[in-house]
Amino acid sequence: MNRLYSFLAVILGILLVLPRVLNNYWLEIFILIFYYAYLGQCWNILTGYSGNISLGHSLYLGIGAYTSTRLAMVLGLTPWVGMFAGALLALVVGLFIGFLGFRFGLRGVYFVLITISFAEIGRLIALHMDSLGSFMGLFIDFKPGFWNMQFRSNVPYYYIALGLLLFSLIVVRIFETSKIGRSLVAIREDEEAAESLGVNTFRYKMGAIALSAFMTALAGTFDANRIFHLNPERVMSMGMSIEIILRPIIGGMGTVLGPVVGSFLITLPAEWIRAYLSEVGRPGLHMVIYGLVLILVVFFFPRGVMPFLRRVFDPMFFSRAPKEKE
Amino acid sequence: MNAELVLQLAVQGFLMGGVYSLIALGLSLIFGVMRVINFAHGEMMVFSMFLTITVLLHWGIEPYLFLPAAAAIMFAIGYGIQRVFVNRILDMPEAMQVLVLVGMGIIFENSTLMIWGGSDISPKTRLALSSFRLGPVSVDVPRLIAFGLAVLITLAVLFFLKKTTVGKAIRAAADNRFGALIIGTRINRLYGICFGIGAACVGAAGSLLVPLMPAKATMGAPYTLISFVIVILGGMGSLVGALVGGLFIGVAESLGSVFLPSTMKQVVSFSIMVLILLLRPQGLFGGKG
Repeated sequence: MNRLYSFLAVILGILLVLPRVLNNYWLEIFILIFYYAYLGQCWNILTGYSGNISLGHSLYLGIGAYTSTRLAMVLGLTPWVGMFAGALLALVVGLFIGFLGFRFGLRGVYFVLITISFAEIGRLIALHMDSLGSFMGLFIDFKPGFWNMQFRSNVPYYYIALGLLLFSLIVVRIFETSKIGRSLVAIREDEEAAESLGVNTFRYKMGAIALSAFMTALAGTFDANRIFHLNPERVMSMGMSIEIILRPIIGGMGTVLGPVVGSFLITLPAEWIRAYLSEVGRPGLHMVIYGLVLILVVFFFPRGVMPFLRRVFDPMFFSRAPKEKE
Repeated sequence: MNAELVLQLAVQGFLMGGVYSLIALGLSLIFGVMRVINFAHGEMMVFSMFLTITVLLHWGIEPYLFLPAAAAIMFAIGYGIQRVFVNRILDMPEAMQVLVLVGMGIIFENSTLMIWGGSDISPKTRLALSSFRLGPVSVDVPRLIAFGLAVLITLAVLFFLKKTTVGKAIRAAADNRFGALIIGTRINRLYGICFGIGAACVGAAGSLLVPLMPAKATMGAPYTLISFVIVILGGMGSLVGALVGGLFIGVAESLGSVFLPSTMKQVVSFSIMVLILLLRPQGLFGGKG
């Protein structure tokens, strides 16, 4: 175990000094890798550990982005505080969605539907409210400075994104080994059995969705202050929700490192494909590829690439071969 | 708000609700038999709309004449999808089923986008603007035809399931898959036919909608969601529930446009869904929940 942590520490050390050698394009790529790994990790808390699929995580992202941006525009509140206001709002919305979905033990399909519907309502509201910029979206004035979370160079964004990712890794690692994480895995594997052992399934699932929504919203503020433009199609669409779920699914749901591995694997190819296809002028094709990847991964690697990585790396990090996970 | 406007909207919504019923019937049938939710449902309908439009623009064939062909093409596509993709996921955890069918929906939507582009298309059809007055309300002819045909097709599907041998076998397989296997039912073929019928329902609905509204490649997802809402309202797997739920949602959405912009009409059906999930999660006609 200690060897695994030293290995990860070495990687972290490399990532910390990397901006010295990277040019702007590669900084951007790494920011995206960290950003999507973070979002995937947030989704992983809910779906990977508790087994309830959310296809509406763009809602929390949008709530975070719009709340902190509006607070900054109207009250002049710094995004560093505004991001927590947005996260609290997302938490409340998440609890309401969880309440609807979990109260009757409605699982699987019902929960998916509820999450999609709420994301759609959120998108429609953003699309029609003038104070949220309606379909044009909100444009953020560029006022560089630490308190505005806006910078001329990509380096600070790189460190913020890396910080968010580290934060999520620590949270999920603690979460995984805590009582709530273990209870959620028990619920995922067999809800009735967990309940009969006295696990309050409703409360733990509410905890998972609250944490997941809260953390997702934090990323929204980061994104808003990096792109300087929010619009419902970019931040709150179904496409964004798919973007969020793709990496943890490819990496491996319900593992701490799965979303990170998934993000390192596909973010760069995804960006290349997107850039190439927008030159060729076939806008839908990259989503067709996403759809195919989703289907093929479920057919051939239903648990992501993590089981393969574990088979290769586990003997290096653990003195005796660990038991097969789960 | 005057009474005449409300009556007018209610009639329009009721007629539109017939088409909703047809779409939801396909979803409910697939769910009732295979226990999977077709997340590509609305996207398949939009695909059929564009097929119909293409035929209309190139050869001038009216949507109503092309309807049987659209249904047949979608039946074939649905049958193929079931045999190649859906059949493999029937025994997987529900989470994995959802992901495959969502992937299917993404592929349908964006293939449509690639082939036909992302802008609105509203071709002129012969009956597009004709209407007649019935007392205080005026009735669009294409809307009335769409309603009539949709209800007719819905009843035909119900009849097929109740009376024909294949239909009875499908219901038997839905009731008890293992039992149906034991008595030698060719269950894979039945499942294929069932998914095909579900797809044919949206195929027909797509043709019916062409004279009523402009088609857009990305308009599918809301229809998937609305048919879910209808199915939740009527009860999962209940075919009569789909019929009644469709009419109800049609009227509710249409009346909602009195106080909401028409692009936000889905908020009405989503609110209904939230209420149903809070008060009666097994639906109005569902027993199993």
